[in-house]
Amino acid sequence: MTTATPPVKEPKNYLNAEHGLRSWLLTQDHKRIAILYLIAVSAFFVVGGLMAVLIRLELATPAGDLMDSNTYNKVFTMHGVIMIFFFLIPSIPAILGNFLLPLMIGAKDLAFPRINLISWYVYMLGGTFGVIVLLSGGVDTGWTFYTPFSSSYSNGYVVLTALAAFINGFSSILTGLNFIVTVHRMRAPGLTWFRLPLFVWAHYSTSVIMILGTPVIAVTLFLLMLERGLHIGFFDPAYGGDPVLFQHLFWFYSHPAVYIMILPSMGVISEVISTFSSKKPFGYTFIAFSSVAIAVFGFLVWGHHLYVSSQSAYAGMVFSILSYIVAIPSAIKVFNWAATMYKGSVRLEAPMLYAIGFIGLFTVGGLTGLFLAAMGLDVHLTDTYFVIAHFHYVMVGGAIMGYQAGIHFWWPKIVGRMYPRAWATVAAILTFVGFNLTFFPQFILGYLGMPRRYHVYPPEFQVFNVLSSAGASVLGLGYLIPAIYLIWSIKNGEPAGANPWGATGLEWQTSSPPPTENFEVTPVVTTEAYDYTALTLTTQEVTHVG
Amino acid sequence: MASHTAVATKAAAHSHPGYGELRHHFESHEQQKDSATIGMWVFLLTELMFFGGLFLAYFIYRQWYPEAFASASNKTDLWLGAFNTTVLICSSLTMALAVHAASKGKRILLVGFLVATLLLGGAFLGVKAYEYHDKWVHHEIPGDHFECEGCHDEVHTPLFFALYFGMTGLHASHMIIGFGVLLVLIWQAWSGKFTEKWYTPIEMFGLYWHFVDIVWIFLFPLLYLIDRTGRSLL
Amino acid sequence: MAAHEEHHVVPKSVYFAVFTALIVLTWVTAWISTKDLGSSSLNVAVALSIAVFKASLVVLFFMHVKYGTKLTKMIVGIGIVWLLMLLFIVMIDFWTRTWMGVAGR
Repeated sequence: MTTATPPVKEPKNYLNAEHGLRSWLLTQDHKRIAILYLIAVSAFFVVGGLMAVLIRLELATPAGDLMDSNTYNKVFTMHGVIMIFFFLIPSIPAILGNFLLPLMIGAKDLAFPRINLISWYVYMLGGTFGVIVLLSGGVDTGWTFYTPFSSSYSNGYVVLTALAAFINGFSSILTGLNFIVTVHRMRAPGLTWFRLPLFVWAHYSTSVIMILGTPVIAVTLFLLMLERGLHIGFFDPAYGGDPVLFQHLFWFYSHPAVYIMILPSMGVISEVISTFSSKKPFGYTFIAFSSVAIAVFGFLVWGHHLYVSSQSAYAGMVFSILSYIVAIPSAIKVFNWAATMYKGSVRLEAPMLYAIGFIGLFTVGGLTGLFLAAMGLDVHLTDTYFVIAHFHYVMVGGAIMGYQAGIHFWWPKIVGRMYPRAWATVAAILTFVGFNLTFFPQFILGYLGMPRRYHVYPPEFQVFNVLSSAGASVLGLGYLIPAIYLIWSIKNGEPAGANPWGATGLEWQTSSPPPTENFEVTPVVTTEAYDYTALTLTTQEVTHVG
Repeated sequence: MASHTAVATKAAAHSHPGYGELRHHFESHEQQKDSATIGMWVFLLTELMFFGGLFLAYFIYRQWYPEAFASASNKTDLWLGAFNTTVLICSSLTMALAVHAASKGKRILLVGFLVATLLLGGAFLGVKAYEYHDKWVHHEIPGDHFECEGCHDEVHTPLFFALYFGMTGLHASHMIIGFGVLLVLIWQAWSGKFTEKWYTPIEMFGLYWHFVDIVWIFLFPLLYLIDRTGRSLL
Repeated sequence: MAAHEEHHVVPKSVYFAVFTALIVLTWVTAWISTKDLGSSSLNVAVALSIAVFKASLVVLFFMHVKYGTKLTKMIVGIGIVWLLMLLFIVMIDFWTRTWMGVAGR
């Protein structure tokens, strides 16, 4: 209408191809769907984060002065449910994976664009139920929904929460299905399996877990709903059932789900480490196959969550040994990343800082996992803050650091503009410091015997809790700053150019932001992945032409 | 160079009427068809694990409480179950023949077989509904009003019925969803949407329908055929 | 593209043969279940074997896996392995739970 808007100078891309709310809500472009996911998932991260704030506030003093125990139960349950089902599981696959997978393999889109859009709506439907639960008073079972408490005694909205997680599971199944078919059938000419970026291998393995694990939690929640809603019992001993069966079924999905969170993150780290060392990843095939190995072995270890239940001690031994075995492929990755950086020309840009942070924190998280996999020690540590610290090192220090690394790495590709790098460095350091300050004291607390899920505690634990709460505020700042400058950069950042980091990979060979069909001509791949010598050639060509 | 050929093939394929619509992001009909097939099989994989949880519960409780399962299973009607299995297998045959007819481009035959599949599936659900009603009348539905005349193990017998309704209910819901899809397919087949070169939806639905049949092939012996000789009840 | 003969059309006679086998086996398994084979586990073994055989017929012929790609066969294989894994690993717990003679162990 007005003359103020200049005529479109920048080339057509997926962001300016169409306008209006309708063009977003009905889009079948994987890049736009990734943005839809980004918005929704971030919103849930904020809600889950607010719950964490409440928890840390309450725990700053030994007395229960902010809320009563009933409210506290609901707060930590909603924190867990939202963070796991609505943030961690969809975060990297549905946002970065969705955006990048077709770009990385030189495809125009995922194999099933409509199903991709449907998966977002399914996620939103599940999310709506989650919000309804939150607004109507919450649920107090913990995110694990253990029976018979959840099915017979809890006074929260168990059925609604289970329904939310149940529906949400289908969104993750649809995403996984789409990824698997895409990797099998949509690769560009010449892009063989062993030329795929490691990010793609990681997402393929993740998708396999989504496909094989998620339906089991779905049916478990279905049975839980039957038991609670209709008294058709499966797990409560009062109905003749066995509560440990619920735990088996629950963890058959929920342990591999940890790998749904961490594997994509590892994929991001492999890309970032290689790019900012300008070096081919050390032992490409080992990293690739360790992803697959984690996906497979990750399915065989769930019983280590059941050591203190009435699970047979013999089964416990089997699960303990298998849990130690799953550490091997994880360690392979860590060693290979370190070896990749060795003698590389390392640039400490923000994504790289996050990635290096990831390696350290994930290693701590993984090694403390071995403490917990030891049957004897686990009896002492079960349901203490040691467990809380362990899985936050893996999920926050691992999965979220990786997510942050990925967002910072590909943000210039997604919006076409660069964020202020100095601020990003500050944020990365704050996150790392804040994180350790928050969660390291919890290892000590747990070892000293402070149980999880209580809002009051003996006064001698207060020092560590105050440290933790103080760290949480630093960590919160570390999340808030990127939120501000990333949004700011959408309009005000410097134009980033096609390949700001000097990275290999097909996604950097198209313009930023990419056009709707990703590439002007379907690329033909003739070299291995991470060929930094070939890269110099192409950038020269680009400069020459441009 | 390679991309140039790809574009050319795509254009050629586009102009070919028999292949159906080629979605913009695929290079060829073959790729599109392959993707659908793999996608369907991967979906069936999740379906298998979905039922898997119930099968697990079944195996555990049956091993622990064999008498409860035997006496409760004898409450089901063996011959009605066998009859219903037959009906479902017939519908699987008509579905396979529908895919066959589609591959030969025989429109009327295709519609006929799809309708037959629908009717046989309906007959199956009808029998199922009769059985459910029978259980309802005898208060054999687990929950607050459960009772089971002549059952041996009061505490654990409801488990069998919980699994019976859980498994057959989930199976039936899959058939009901299948009905919805089938109705659409019948309409599309009637209006001549499918050709001998392109009938992917028919084929994919066939896979789904056969999968549902396979689930029943296992449910029948597991739920109806436990200890019909009355050995452990003596 | 024309050279690509991906579509194997299964002759109708195969369908009818498989169908007949399925029907016969259904009634055989129902009938056998009423006969005492000497041990109830033998009855179970027979019923399950027949079910597995029937299911294999459906997968191989009605679902065309016999004529399908390697990938399809692999997916079917993974499905079977994973299901058995779920069943048997949990069974390790339920089979050995009473071995120690201590309640809850």
